[in-house]
Amino acid sequence: MRAKRKKHLTSWDIGVIIISLILTFIILYPFLNVIAVSLSKETAYYKNPLMIMPRSIELTAYGYVLQQKLIKSGFTNTIFITFVGTLFSMFVTVTLAYPLSRKDFKGRKIISKYLLFTMIFNGGLIPNFLLVKGLGLFDTIWALVLPSSLSAYNCILIKNYFQSISPSLIESATIDGASDLKIFGKIILPLSKPILATITLFYSVGRWNAFFQAIVYVKDRKLWTLQLVLREIVASVNSLEGDMVSYVSPRNIKYSVIVVSMLPILCVYPFVQKYFVSGTMVGAVKE
Amino acid sequence: MGSKKSFLKYFKAHYWLYLMVIPGVIYLFIFNYLPMYGVVLPFYDYKIAKGFRGSEWVGFENFRYMFQSPDFFRVFKNSLVLSFMRLLMGFPAPIILALLINEVRVRWLKRTIQTIVYVPHFVSWVVIASIITNLLSADGGAFNYIITAFGGKPINFLIESVYFRWIIVAAEIWKECGWGTIIYLAAMTSIDPQLYEAAMVDGASRFRQILSITIPSIVPTMIVLLVLRMGNILQNGFEQVFLLYSPSVYEVGDVLETFAYRLGLMEGRFSFSAAVGMCQSVVGLIMITIANKVANKVEGGALW
Repeated sequence: MRAKRKKHLTSWDIGVIIISLILTFIILYPFLNVIAVSLSKETAYYKNPLMIMPRSIELTAYGYVLQQKLIKSGFTNTIFITFVGTLFSMFVTVTLAYPLSRKDFKGRKIISKYLLFTMIFNGGLIPNFLLVKGLGLFDTIWALVLPSSLSAYNCILIKNYFQSISPSLIESATIDGASDLKIFGKIILPLSKPILATITLFYSVGRWNAFFQAIVYVKDRKLWTLQLVLREIVASVNSLEGDMVSYVSPRNIKYSVIVVSMLPILCVYPFVQKYFVSGTMVGAVKE
Repeated sequence: MGSKKSFLKYFKAHYWLYLMVIPGVIYLFIFNYLPMYGVVLPFYDYKIAKGFRGSEWVGFENFRYMFQSPDFFRVFKNSLVLSFMRLLMGFPAPIILALLINEVRVRWLKRTIQTIVYVPHFVSWVVIASIITNLLSADGGAFNYIITAFGGKPINFLIESVYFRWIIVAAEIWKECGWGTIIYLAAMTSIDPQLYEAAMVDGASRFRQILSITIPSIVPTMIVLLVLRMGNILQNGFEQVFLLYSPSVYEVGDVLETFAYRLGLMEGRFSFSAAVGMCQSVVGLIMITIANKVANKVEGGALW
């Protein structure tokens, strides 16, 4: 016989749940609406703009959108930037975080201050722009990959996580004669999967969504990122060329582009979600 | 000298550690420290064609111009007002939501709610601005649909100064309050459950428990976050304003970031734009130092 603990839901519990569900729905609603509208005929939209379920499903808007050259280049650029950029970011961030996590590291204090200061003081828009120009990166894809690669905040989160790994593990490995590199590769990294997954996600999302850097550092349309393309389409779709426009409404096109831009992140999200709550929590609590 | 010897000894035994910091240190030097030379930009009449050597030193001229410019003061005021509004409404939002979520005793529901409320944080401002623009549009937007259903006239929300700041604040809360709960929920899970049990024995209602146990436990977290927020008092996100504003709302919506952007990159007035940017950084630095001193006195939960 299994002992069961009866859960009594008081009126307080129910009240809390109802309010939480309402707020959650409010947060979720705009997404549901956008997806539903993008899949529906315009006539269905006019009948009920508030819809959350698609009516009279029509995919021509998506067909149109996915054929656009700008969308294809936008995707290619953004995927490249996200992939290469995140790899690079993780490389510089993690390599910096490990030595800082070692209490015995001589030079720890000064390098920590060096890192922390970058969080507080920033050159500003113009100096960064001039730097990128001066380095010859302006209007190249690298202007969207290299700047803003090392977030001091992320570095500190990783450093804190490394610190939470039992020092006796490191000690015994050192006694066994392992070099720091081996310790890092064979002990620290495998044990740090949650925080590494979390920070990888943070960097990836930042890259994928980047808009500001793209309008500042890049002029060539062929280098436009997905967000820029999205912005352009949404802002100017009322004056489209091409004969597709007679088949598809501007609104459907707008909404389809929105969904297409969000989709990759929304697809990856559920898989990584379990990691980042524990990852940031350890970072937060330990601080 | 003893310390030099021990350093060399350590270095020899742990040279990998020193190799590992090299990429990060070099990177930060190039991309974070080099741009800091921009601190001298406002003191020159910088012309990009001439570079630094060819540009004239103008001393405080740019700052004098800035402080006398009605445009600058309008923008400065907008930045402050918007930031305060975002603070007043945006700061408590994640706290209240966290308290609410923390009270949900049904595990799977709690987790589902959390999963959902984090989502807007991951979506770009471009997407959100597009959604908002459509929801608020005078031509078939959802909001106006409701208004006309009740017999009203459609309102073009985004071009009316009176609504603009509220839209920005509401958008930000919608996007970030879910994500903001993480740090508070983390603090709440470390509260000793015996405190709650003792309170229950004493006959305290759930609400009372929140007031007396949960909230005081997250006060240190709140203070740290508030101090950090104070350091950013003159900052408002560039993207969220830029993507939603238009010339008709410059009066209330133009903030330091968008102003500096237009002046610097659209009009090429680098030095003036840099002066505006510097004003932001300096004030931020002062504010965060003051806020930290205050926090030290109040609770001892400060940053340094």
